[in-house]
Formats: sequence, structure tokens, C-alpha cells
Amino acid sequence: MIRLQNIEKVYRTDTVETLALNKVSLEIAKGEFLSIMGPSGCGKSTLLNIMGLLDEPSKGEVKIDNQQTLNLNDKQLAQFRNKKIGFIFQSYHLINDLQVLDNVELPLLYRSTTAKERKQLATEALAKVGLSNRVKHFPSQLSGGQKQRVAIARAIVGQPEIILADEPTGNLDSAMGNEIMDILLQLNKNDGTTIVMVTHDENMAHKTHRLVRLFDGSQVQ
Amino acid sequence: MLKNYFKIAIAVLRRRKFFTFISLFGISFTLTILLVLTAFIDKVVGDNYPDKKRDRSLYISRISQTGKNTMSSGPPSFYFLDHYVRTLKTPVTIAISSGFSGTNTYVNNKKIAVNYKFTNAEYWDVLDYDFLEGKSFNKQQVANADKVAVISADMKKEYFGDVSNAVGQYIEADNVKYRVIGVVQNVPITSYMTYSDIYLPYTVAKDGGYKSNKSYGGGYFGILLANSKGDLDKIHNEYEQLVKRLPPEQKMFDKVSSHADSYIKSYVDTGDDRHSGMFIVITAISIFAFILMILPTLNLVNINITRIMERSSEIGVRKAFGASSSTLVYQFIVENIILTLLGGAIGVILSFIVLQVINSAHLIANLELSINFMVLFIGLLVCLVFGLISGVYPAWRMSKLNVVTALKAQ
Repeated sequence: MIRLQNIEKVYRTDTVETLALNKVSLEIAKGEFLSIMGPSGCGKSTLLNIMGLLDEPSKGEVKIDNQQTLNLNDKQLAQFRNKKIGFIFQSYHLINDLQVLDNVELPLLYRSTTAKERKQLATEALAKVGLSNRVKHFPSQLSGGQKQRVAIARAIVGQPEIILADEPTGNLDSAMGNEIMDILLQLNKNDGTTIVMVTHDENMAHKTHRLVRLFDGSQVQ
Repeated sequence: MLKNYFKIAIAVLRRRKFFTFISLFGISFTLTILLVLTAFIDKVVGDNYPDKKRDRSLYISRISQTGKNTMSSGPPSFYFLDHYVRTLKTPVTIAISSGFSGTNTYVNNKKIAVNYKFTNAEYWDVLDYDFLEGKSFNKQQVANADKVAVISADMKKEYFGDVSNAVGQYIEADNVKYRVIGVVQNVPITSYMTYSDIYLPYTVAKDGGYKSNKSYGGGYFGILLANSKGDLDKIHNEYEQLVKRLPPEQKMFDKVSSHADSYIKSYVDTGDDRHSGMFIVITAISIFAFILMILPTLNLVNINITRIMERSSEIGVRKAFGASSSTLVYQFIVENIILTLLGGAIGVILSFIVLQVINSAHLIANLELSINFMVLFIGLLVCLVFGLISGVYPAWRMSKLNVVTALKAQ
């Protein structure tokens, strides 16, 4: 499903050159649930961003669903992400000015769907994460766990084949973290969604199919 | 999609009330100034009472004499208009009138400021004053130097009070009593060639300036009436030929110039042939409008950039979930147009209020300003231009934000 080959990422300033990723190659199968671990600054999030086509590698190639992605322009990349990938972030990144339902509808705005369809799909996604009774709330009226569930609903509303989660339980206590993890496991098991999750939590990582460890930008496991 | 943009635009406006106030204030205040200014210009240029035959009239408001280092310019004299201009063959007739002069008169020990002007009899044929009472003076009365007067409705009210009839009564101006023979509808002071409180035959002028002043310059205006629109060019050329033949009055001058122009051209005539009044006025108005608009636009651009940077997380999320740069530019411009239209609506309401205040305060005699559809259309156009100009650059900058950087910003 996702194939990374010899990925390198270098950050350059006038005086310093930092190697964030060093020849990382990774193949993730369809329906797999993979977790990425490593100390802070080892390149986990950079790798996830490259997988999600939010960032470009300095070297190497990214293939998703057998499609080469390096030559896609801004518009094609946007469409590709919209169709194939859902994102979950550690700090939720909900739009505070919009109600829960409008937040969840967001990915559908960039597709040719009617308002009625959008509402229906968003309502279904919210039901899936157990938040049917919070559709009219604003993010500021929700707890951390609820916010992350809204973020999951937003990630799955467009039925993407891939979900990329960057420390989804990082801001939550263990009970809430477990709830979120359960939802992700259900999604993987029931819908066959490919999930790649960056985490610091060994327990969470061990619940996934496979664990990849990074250290100083290189893959060590 | 638009509904979503609208929701977020309103939410953003409500969230940062101070920024919103500054933005809306800038737009609405600028628009108010522009609308009031346009209403004023529209009134001055467009209002044609009592000058209803403007489309077949040419105006002589200035005569200049220029030398190497010297120039003399001003309204023409009665003698010039009567002796030279009257000889033109194409015009049907010529209305001659002085500029208005001010004096004080007293009624029951109450001081009243009065403006009066002198006219010939043809003046009343060329201009279509609405007579509320009586009629104008005729050639015979002018020739006899009869002490008769036509007064404005406001003058009647001020001088005689709420009487039904003023015709036949006497009005005093400059210590001379005149018999009122007609009352006309008021003319705003901005129509400076036709405005006055009292209109008198030119022959009653005390100083006799119309007789003794044989120079080109004086304090009079002339309006040449053509038989049809088609004759205007002919009259214009005939007049130019006439002026060309005139010798300068003094040695220091080498050229005489004067034009019989359309109303607007004569209104802005500077007397300097090298820089036409029209050009100067249009340039000045354009520069003024440009400066007036560029300041709030720059202000809006600045505020918008600040607002955008606050929303970088939202931009990152939208991009991550499939918004292309062009979609984001579109969204932001729509949001900005909503803001400017809101400011525009407030500006239009403010303009109505300001115009009401100006009208009711009688700052300018007999001037009733109003907003017409043209002015509203201009206002709407200005709003859209504001929205586009102040939205495009910030939107473009926003759309170029790197997703990862944008997401990290929160």
C-alpha cells in the first residue's frame, strides 16, 4: 500500500545541515497497522509527513497504491490526500470556529458531494466514534478524548484507505488513550483501513501488527 | 461550500471583535466619504435647475490675457459679452448675468444677508426658472432701468414672512427699494452662474460698471443658447475665431483666450490653456480617491495577514485534508468580500445619515444632497475592489504556507 524507498530528508540553514531521515526504506501492506517509535527528534513525524505527502523527501521515492507521488503538482497532491489519506494529530487540530459536524464534514468540502450527503456521512462517522450527541457542540466545549474522537471521525469520513496518526494518544490520559486506541483497532479490523501511528507509548505500539523503531533518522528495527 | 465559508467568515469576525471593528470602520468610513463626495459632485454637475437647456448651451465664464511672464484672468465684462459676443451669428440669444454680490438688509431691525445679481432680459428666456408667483422683467423694463426684482422663495419667506403674495411689495437691497415682480424656486449656491436671492435688471446697477467698464474682464457670465445641439460646435468655433481676432488690451500681453464651453468644462476652467481645468480636476479627484482608498486597503491587507497567521493551523488542516492552494485563495477572498460588503452596507447607511445631517444643517444654501443608483453602484464597486485587492495578497501568502509549518504553528 505504501512503499518508501531510500528516503532522505535534510534540513538546511545557511550554516548547518541536519539529516532528519537517512535512507529509510519501508513497505506497508494494505490493511496493516504499523507503529513507529523512537526518541524525540529522531524523525518519526517527518517520516509520517512524507508518507502523508505533506512534506517532500530530499531523496528517495514514495509510492502509494503503486502510484509514484513525487511528480504530482499542488492540486494533484491535494486531491490524492483527500481521496486516499486521513490524518489524526496529537493536538487534534480542530477548527474552533466550526461546530463538530462542520469540522467532520471538512474533507468532503473538497469533493463533489452535496450538502445533504456531507451531513449524512459526517453524522455516520460521528456515530462510529460514539459522538452522535455532540454534533452541534464547538470544540471548546469538548474534553480532550472527545476532541480526538472528532478528529478520528474527520479522518474517516471520506473513507480513506490510509490513516496516518501522529501521537494520537499523546495528549490524553491512559483511559482516554485506550478508548482512542480501541477505535483505531476497530477501524483497522472491521474496515481494513491501513494505519500508521507514531507513538511514544510501548503498550499502544505492542497492540499494532508491526513496530518500526527510528534512531537519529535511521531505521533500527 | 459557500455556506461553510460564510459560517467561518462570520465566526472569525465575531472572534476578533477589535480587528473586525478596525476593518469595518476603515471600509465604511472611506466609503462614506466617497459616497458623500460623489453625491456632492453629482449634485453640482448633474442638477440642471434652472439650466434645463444645458445640452444646447455654451458657457463663457472666463477670459484670460497672457504675456511672457504675466497673466490676467477672470470673468468677462458686460461690455465684452454685449459688444463682442452678441455679434455672433449662430446663437439664438445670449443670457448675461453678473456674479452674485452680498449685502445686508434690515426687516423689523433684523439683519438679513442678501445675495443679488444683475441680468439682462434674455437671461429669463435662456434659463427656465420655476416661477411660483409673477414673472420676470422684460426688455422694456431693463431699458427703462425699472427698479424691479425677481426673488427666490427663501428670500420671500425670510423677508416677508409667511405671506401668500410677495409680488407688488417692495424689497430693499443696498439702500434701494425694488418692486417684487416675481418669485422663483430656489437655486443651490453650487450652481454659481444662476444662484441668487434677488435678481435685478443690469441697468439698475449703482456703479454703472456695465457702462463704464470697457475692458474685457468684469464680473459677468454669458450663456449662449443654440438652436439645436448640432449648432454647438459651430458656435464654439465662431467664438474661438472672435477671440482670436481680439487685440490684447495692454502691451505686456500677447494673447487673449476665452472659450465657450459646455457646463462642466466651464465649471472647472482655470483660464490656463496649457493645463485644462478638466484635466486638473480629473487628476486631482483621481489622486484623492486613490489615496483615500489605498490607505484602508493597505490597512486591510495588514490586518488580513495578521488574521491569516493566526489561522495557520486551520490552513494546515484544510491543506492536509485536500484543499489546494487555489481553493484556499478562493475561500479567503470570499471571506474578505463578505467583510467588505458588510463594511459597504454600514458605509451606505452612514452616508444616508451624513447626507441627512448636511441637508438639515443647511451648510450650503439650497443644496439637497441625495444618494442615487449611480452612487450606490459606485459604492458597491468600490467594496468589491476593496475586497479583492485587500484579500488577494494575504490569500496568496496564506496558500503558499507549508503544511507542516502551518500545523506546527498552533
